[in-house]
Amino acid sequence: MNEQALLELADDELILGWRESEWTGIAPLLEEDVAFSSIAQNEIGHARAVYELIVGEGGDADALAFDRSLDEYRCAPLVELRLLDWAHTIARRWLYETADEIRIAALKDDPDAGGLAAKIDREEAYHRMHAEMWHARLRDEQRFKKALMDLWPYALGVLPPELRPELVARVGLPEVDAIERGSHTDELAELWDEMTMVRRSAPAGAQW
Amino acid sequence: MSDPVWEVFRRERKGQPFEHAGSVVAPDADFAEAWAREQYGRRGESVALWLVPREAIRDVEDWADEFDLKYRRVDGYSIKARLKEARERAGTA
Repeated sequence: MNEQALLELADDELILGWRESEWTGIAPLLEEDVAFSSIAQNEIGHARAVYELIVGEGGDADALAFDRSLDEYRCAPLVELRLLDWAHTIARRWLYETADEIRIAALKDDPDAGGLAAKIDREEAYHRMHAEMWHARLRDEQRFKKALMDLWPYALGVLPPELRPELVARVGLPEVDAIERGSHTDELAELWDEMTMVRRSAPAGAQW
Repeated sequence: MSDPVWEVFRRERKGQPFEHAGSVVAPDADFAEAWAREQYGRRGESVALWLVPREAIRDVEDWADEFDLKYRRVDGYSIKARLKEARERAGTA
């Protein structure tokens, strides 16, 4: 089992799910608000499933998700960005789903993670439909094109170098230097602070 | 121009008829599908949906009945008395 790749996947899904749920209640259209929030929730569900796979039976997925220090998170800078603009939000959604499909497909033959990857992919098919429909609608808008260009180096950083050529072919933008995993944006520190607040305030475990 | 309204019909279980569930406002069929899936299917309450542009629906809601042709309606006949008679004849009253 390639634990590093799985941890990257889980952290990406957790942080993106967190970021995208920031649109709940303020998305530009009521129906989209519901749809977008539901997708964000799905991503966090995928993160949980992958954390559970990593820690194994009897392991503590919550501890892996929330008890690490900031620099132990392996998420890509793309998912950390706090985007309060719909064009960039949809550009990230589409770029991320496209990259994620390539990454999940590469996991399908993994003896440990293959089953879960297939399961995640079945739900991601709906996410891709949602992202593609927005992409088709906005692709000729200047604001959207600019958003894609802004986020493109980040999107490349979601994938390991050997999978990037496929993303380049799918997205149709020229290859540029990727913004790699390993260092974090300032925005993540703020998110980490909020996300882990309850766990840190009750180290013995919060009772609900 | 505002987006069209799509009427949503849902089938709760296999073999059951589609029933009107509500509507979504969406610019095209793809958006209507994505949004209807969330509003009317996310909780497992539907096995299938129909999405119909409201403008494709023909409204029929006027019924002329100027001459009181009540024999055409189910309440036009009172069969109670005749049923009683028939039962008595048959000895099953």
